[in-house]
Amino acid sequence: MNQVSIATTKPTFKAQSPWQRGVAEFKGSTTAIVGLVLLLVIVLVAALAPWIVFQNPYDLMQLNVLDARLPPGTANIDGGYTYWLGTDGQGRDLLSAIIYGLRISLWVGIGSALIAAVIGTMLGLLSAYAGGWVDALLMRLVDLLLSFPVILMALMILAWLGKGVGNVMLTLVVLEWAYYARTARGQALTESRREYVDAARGQGIGPWRIVVGHILPNCLPPLIVIGALQIARAITLEATLSFLGLGVPITEPSLGLLIANGFQYMLSDEYWISFFPGLALLITIVAINLVGDRLRDVLNPRLQR
Amino acid sequence: MIGWLVRRLSQSLLVVLLMTLVVFIGLNAIGNPMDILVGEDLNQSERLAAIAHLGLDKPLWQQYLLFLQGAVYGNLGQSFVYHEDAMRLIVQRLPATFELAFSAMLLAVVLGVPLGMFAGTYPDHPLSRLLMATSIIGFSLPAFWVALMMIMLFSIKLGWLPASGRGATRELFGVQWSFLTLDGLQHLILPALNLALFKISLVLRLTRAGVREVLPQEYVKFARAKGLSPIRVMCMHVMRNTMIPLVTVLAMELGSTIAYAVVTESIFAWPGAGKLILDSINMLDRPVVVAYLMVVVVIFVVLNLIVDGLYYFLDPRVRVEVKP
Repeated sequence: MNQVSIATTKPTFKAQSPWQRGVAEFKGSTTAIVGLVLLLVIVLVAALAPWIVFQNPYDLMQLNVLDARLPPGTANIDGGYTYWLGTDGQGRDLLSAIIYGLRISLWVGIGSALIAAVIGTMLGLLSAYAGGWVDALLMRLVDLLLSFPVILMALMILAWLGKGVGNVMLTLVVLEWAYYARTARGQALTESRREYVDAARGQGIGPWRIVVGHILPNCLPPLIVIGALQIARAITLEATLSFLGLGVPITEPSLGLLIANGFQYMLSDEYWISFFPGLALLITIVAINLVGDRLRDVLNPRLQR
Repeated sequence: MIGWLVRRLSQSLLVVLLMTLVVFIGLNAIGNPMDILVGEDLNQSERLAAIAHLGLDKPLWQQYLLFLQGAVYGNLGQSFVYHEDAMRLIVQRLPATFELAFSAMLLAVVLGVPLGMFAGTYPDHPLSRLLMATSIIGFSLPAFWVALMMIMLFSIKLGWLPASGRGATRELFGVQWSFLTLDGLQHLILPALNLALFKISLVLRLTRAGVREVLPQEYVKFARAKGLSPIRVMCMHVMRNTMIPLVTVLAMELGSTIAYAVVTESIFAWPGAGKLILDSINMLDRPVVVAYLMVVVVIFVVLNLIVDGLYYFLDPRVRVEVKP
């Protein structure tokens, strides 16, 4: 037996690309795998929501006010299905509403993070490449944005633009691009002093092709890490703003608004309307943070063994 | 020193001026406050008189200059809703917000520093691992949801603590404070703890990282070799060097605590400036929104200035000019 096991564990030396090594290292952490699986399930459920849930919580025709505020596990009057997590004040099936709310949260979080990443990275590269007054102006703007608390800026922008999912996303983009810009600029400045950039320049490759084709790919790892953590922050902020009544419209509640609506019923011991949407929010954010933390460890060149 | 101060002060002034412009122009783009305030039943001439009374008929740049002129004297206009000086409204509510924010910071330090010292000294202790895992959840928890759960558990189910308002207050220096009465303190616990949750995690992690960085250094070993008691080494030698980054981060966090009090105040019906601003945004009460934003911006810029000053005095390395 011993001989066999020694034979099978004989190390094989294969050339690994940085990405393969990253994937292998990511697998080393159980919590990160749990986070990733959770996240995939959440994204899948949210994406397939219309085919999974019992009712469309945003379609007023499908709601029955007589079914309002039923405790978890109650059967629906028509007997078609069970309200596993109860119903809210308008008679929505809470499970369906949570899954639809997750859709809004993920859409707002991922969408704003992607747009902010593209804009921020471009401006950061521009800042590093142009230098001079362009650099000074952009970086002072970044300093200004990052020095004020996010919630204050969000209140200011939403007081200015009004409510709505689109405006919340716009707010998030305005707040988030600065993180990517600062990181992309710093990374690009470091990378531009490397030998491979000199080599590319020596080959007569144009400045834009060097920036986009050579420097940008090497700036990506830290930007990906920021992206993951920013998605979690964006989802929390959207929920907070919706909770305060500054986010999504009342007819299409996101998780934050569901929690806010449940607040008034908590005093009469109907806890589930606020509890379950918050739990869904918490699980989503923890899953993203677990994956993000691991990505940071894996992609940080200073920690690579 | 004076050159540094002048440069830093003029930077701060520029930031404030820039923010007045952004705040003012931005808020002029929201819907016409006349529709909400005077209603439909006014005739045309009454409407125009009301607009003129509120100064909304002048061109935008003139409104801005008037606004700036007033701002220098602390006069940011009359509230459309309360018909009172907007600045006075904010200043009246600020002590309640400050009380909440300072209590939260105090909780963060009192709980975060000792726990962080423990986790830094014994990184492999099961309790330390538990603390670190809990602090990740502390970062991830949506604060407003935790607030609701706290109310449900401690106020509704257990009935230990009140969940809304400031309770009884007592006057000190001409201002009403909750922390001076037992009833007020009971009202303060839940909102302060809620606002502090994130800070406790932050302070814990910062202290832990600082302690772990300082502990292996030579002077700590030397202090131990001299035969000093572990407590003395911890308090006099380790903490002194851990405190510098901690103090600066805490000073910065105070500003964001005041801003995040908006959420906590609205849940616990704490009558501070944050609750006022939310109501004002919903009622399009422009002068109050502007006054609040300006006050918080100034608080923030002043805090930044103090932090930079602290760094200047505490850390000699900063004084070396780094020219780009």
